[in-house]
Amino acid sequence: MCQKDSAVSVVDVQTRILARNDDVAAHNRHHFLERGIFAVNVMGSPGSGKTAVLEATARMFRDPHKLAALAGDLATDNDAARLRRAGLRSCAIETGQACHLDAELVHRELHHFDLDGVDYVFIENVGNLVCPAVYDLGQRANVVVLSVTEGEDKPLKYPTMFAKADLVLLTKTDLLTHLPQVDLAAILDALARVMPNPRMIAISAVSGEGILDWLDWLQACRESMLATLEVHA
Amino acid sequence: MHEYSIVQSLVDSVAAAIGDRDAVVIRVEIAIGELAGVDRGLLATAFEVFREGTVCERALLAINPIAARWACPACGGEVARNTHLRCARCQKPARMESGDEIVLQRIEMEVA
Repeated sequence: MCQKDSAVSVVDVQTRILARNDDVAAHNRHHFLERGIFAVNVMGSPGSGKTAVLEATARMFRDPHKLAALAGDLATDNDAARLRRAGLRSCAIETGQACHLDAELVHRELHHFDLDGVDYVFIENVGNLVCPAVYDLGQRANVVVLSVTEGEDKPLKYPTMFAKADLVLLTKTDLLTHLPQVDLAAILDALARVMPNPRMIAISAVSGEGILDWLDWLQACRESMLATLEVHA
Repeated sequence: MHEYSIVQSLVDSVAAAIGDRDAVVIRVEIAIGELAGVDRGLLATAFEVFREGTVCERALLAINPIAARWACPACGGEVARNTHLRCARCQKPARMESGDEIVLQRIEMEVA
């Protein structure tokens, strides 16, 4: 649509500014889907316990070689190295100055990341509760990791991140005995105000509490994904 | 601070939209949803810094804020914000009707 007004021309565009990212994300999503891989974008503050959750997942999963992780960080491959020691196939994505992963960074890594026999890919995003929520990576689900020390109103302060979450993992619950002031009901109430279908699993990477529930959630999600594929086949 | 990378994508989108037209872009209008995760002030600042030497060098940036709105996917009734995001009548989780837009809406240019 183009209307002329003397020498000024107005073009109605109405395009998503991140269309290029979304196209690459769709490509990544297809790449995961055709291999039957359930891909999870794992987000959360620095220090919320994202890497520890994945380590515990590898420890308790019956078949750790079916798990893989892409670990995004501004610098160092420390998280990827930790995950490899825990038995996960993993590699680092160094973002340099960027505060988030984008679909292109993930796409580049997927080109030389062997996903043979893998059922679950965890994309550990850069520790940040704002920027990662903006960029689709091609994941099937968003999981936000929130630790018990971060304050009950965190979801209200970062509504964009929590509005997009399919699941919140409340971590470090082993610390709750030292934190009598932390009110789990208040966290759930805050979540319900920003997350339409609030789902939270309380876990501890130290005691193992809740990890089996998290594994059940993953398995149920992957099965429902595979069922959708069969319907379309 | 991802506003710089949003501006980069915005400038690329503008360049793609005007194609090989011989034109000077004088105004760019975008919509940013309240829950899009983009700070409008930071975005405006990033645009000022970044537009130099690009197709947007002489362009003003107009940002239209879009309020977040939630509604029931079953009955269509509005679900108020800052309450539990679930329809009181149908008990269904609300759906975001608006508020996550990051959209290039309109470009004004002087045509030679």
